[in-house]
Amino acid sequence: MLFRNLSSKVASIPMAVTALVIFIGCSAWTVVYSFTGSRLLPKTRWVGFDQYDRLWDTTRWIVSIENLAIYGGCMLVLSLALGFTMAALLDQRIRFENTFRTIFLYPYALSFVVTGLTWQWMLNPTFGLQKVVRDMGYVDFTFAPLTDGDFAIYGVLLAGLWQGTGLVMVIMLAGLRGIDEDIWKAARVDGIPKWKTYLVIVLPMMRGAIITALVLVATSIIKVFDLIVAQTQGGPGLATEVPAKYVMDMMFRNQNLGQGFAASTMMLLFVMIILVPWTLYEFRERRRG
Amino acid sequence: MNSGRDAVADISADMARGPRPKKAFSLPNFVIYSTLTLLAMYYLAPLYVMIVTSLKTMPEVRLGNVFSLPREITIEPWIKAWATACTGLNCDGLSRGFWNSVQILVPSVVLSIAVASVNGYALAFWRFKGANILFTILLFGAFIPYQVMLYPIVMILRDIGLYGDVWGLVIVHSIFGMPILTLLFRNYFSSLPLELIKAARVDGAGFWGILIRVLLPMSAPIVVVAIILQVTGIWNDFLFGVVYTRPDSYPMTVQLNNIVNSTFGEKEYNVNMAATIITGLVPLVVYFVSGKLFVRGIAAGAVKG
Repeated sequence: MLFRNLSSKVASIPMAVTALVIFIGCSAWTVVYSFTGSRLLPKTRWVGFDQYDRLWDTTRWIVSIENLAIYGGCMLVLSLALGFTMAALLDQRIRFENTFRTIFLYPYALSFVVTGLTWQWMLNPTFGLQKVVRDMGYVDFTFAPLTDGDFAIYGVLLAGLWQGTGLVMVIMLAGLRGIDEDIWKAARVDGIPKWKTYLVIVLPMMRGAIITALVLVATSIIKVFDLIVAQTQGGPGLATEVPAKYVMDMMFRNQNLGQGFAASTMMLLFVMIILVPWTLYEFRERRRG
Repeated sequence: MNSGRDAVADISADMARGPRPKKAFSLPNFVIYSTLTLLAMYYLAPLYVMIVTSLKTMPEVRLGNVFSLPREITIEPWIKAWATACTGLNCDGLSRGFWNSVQILVPSVVLSIAVASVNGYALAFWRFKGANILFTILLFGAFIPYQVMLYPIVMILRDIGLYGDVWGLVIVHSIFGMPILTLLFRNYFSSLPLELIKAARVDGAGFWGILIRVLLPMSAPIVVVAIILQVTGIWNDFLFGVVYTRPDSYPMTVQLNNIVNSTFGEKEYNVNMAATIITGLVPLVVYFVSGKLFVRGIAAGAVKG
């Protein structure tokens, strides 16, 4: 039995190691060690939920969560709305469709580091967009989000949208192209205006594309790290700190492994909250179809 | 009532998915094109600003704003960014990071695609008991935040003596590229006719024989998609590079960030922007050359699960 299909089993060893040792093993290890008082090195000195108590007592962590909520909420809503609008506009049999699509998608090919550095420069208070408008004669114009603690996270949002909306657009466009031509004809015969057809008839039919986009955007939001490091380094103050950066600083800078493990376990929990309902939905749909 | 309805129908017929509208100018068209143009400006502005800034001298950068055109074009910032900009003690510019990234990229792309194609092949034609469970775990793994697995992987790499080594990073890239690439190859192989495999088996070909002599020669399209996906993904990586390599072998993204965000000395915005463009050049070229294939790679990533 063991030797049946032996070559295939041997060939699948890297996959088995990745799935079992790395994805399950390493994740479980981190969860287990989040209950220890590890500092510079991992130690099995059990401390119960102490790390979590400390985590949720730390201002920086709470602020990180708040920032992630603002960034994530805006990013989800805006990138989906903008992505869908762009896809719908491109779907109008327009000229230069390829050119526009190429322009909307190219930032997605760039790294978060490049994105962050570019927008850091765009939003530079001395030479950036603020200066551009002032040079046009509006001397009192202020737009320098990255230097203002209350708005810095929206400066990051501007960069995040620039980089990520193209992906949503591509998924939505694929969804739109999958809609049956007859639906359009029927809506036209009934005299339903174009925009209404999109919102009321077509949008609900694209549940698959929307959910895919939603899950991809949501998981990328939770992972956001490089963008922050490049654009703001978490500042000014704590204004753009995020959970992923908290984890990294605890593990690799502050020699506080236990905190890092606890914080990353919380991140895992956030992802589960998104992923589990989606999986259940997919299973139900598949059984139905 | 009836005429009002006709008017609406007329407008929608004008924009409908039929043949291209004959009228060059109409109100809906005007709205569509101006919205698209406005959006295109938001997307193009940073690219324009990067290029323009990188071609100015520093005095000129200080005189104008990010949009102003250079009066005198200089390529000095590009040369400095590439060859002499400093990070820490090294002053050989981005060229070091570029070659580091190439050294990381080539083996990572080859290894990750080799492993994933074998996985996909085994999953498509030689499914053993438990194979699908492994595959499901693999796909779920794609969503686990990397931070959860970073530290234990450091320990494993240290144990096998590859922590800080380029090959350690190559293994890490192969691991985290595995879910999407395996899915890509599994779906591609599954779409091939089963008769092909049966015929090859009758001819006496085994597991490896079928893969190497029958399937790989006809896998060029999917391999290209996989290469596009991996080249952009690995070139753009920052997190793994910063955790699993030493400063000497930092990939380009990490070095770029260190050059631009270093707190020492006066900020040279023109050099910074030249460095940023140079780092973005590889994925940009891949993007513009590959066109539709890039979108196909994304679509493959989009239909996970």
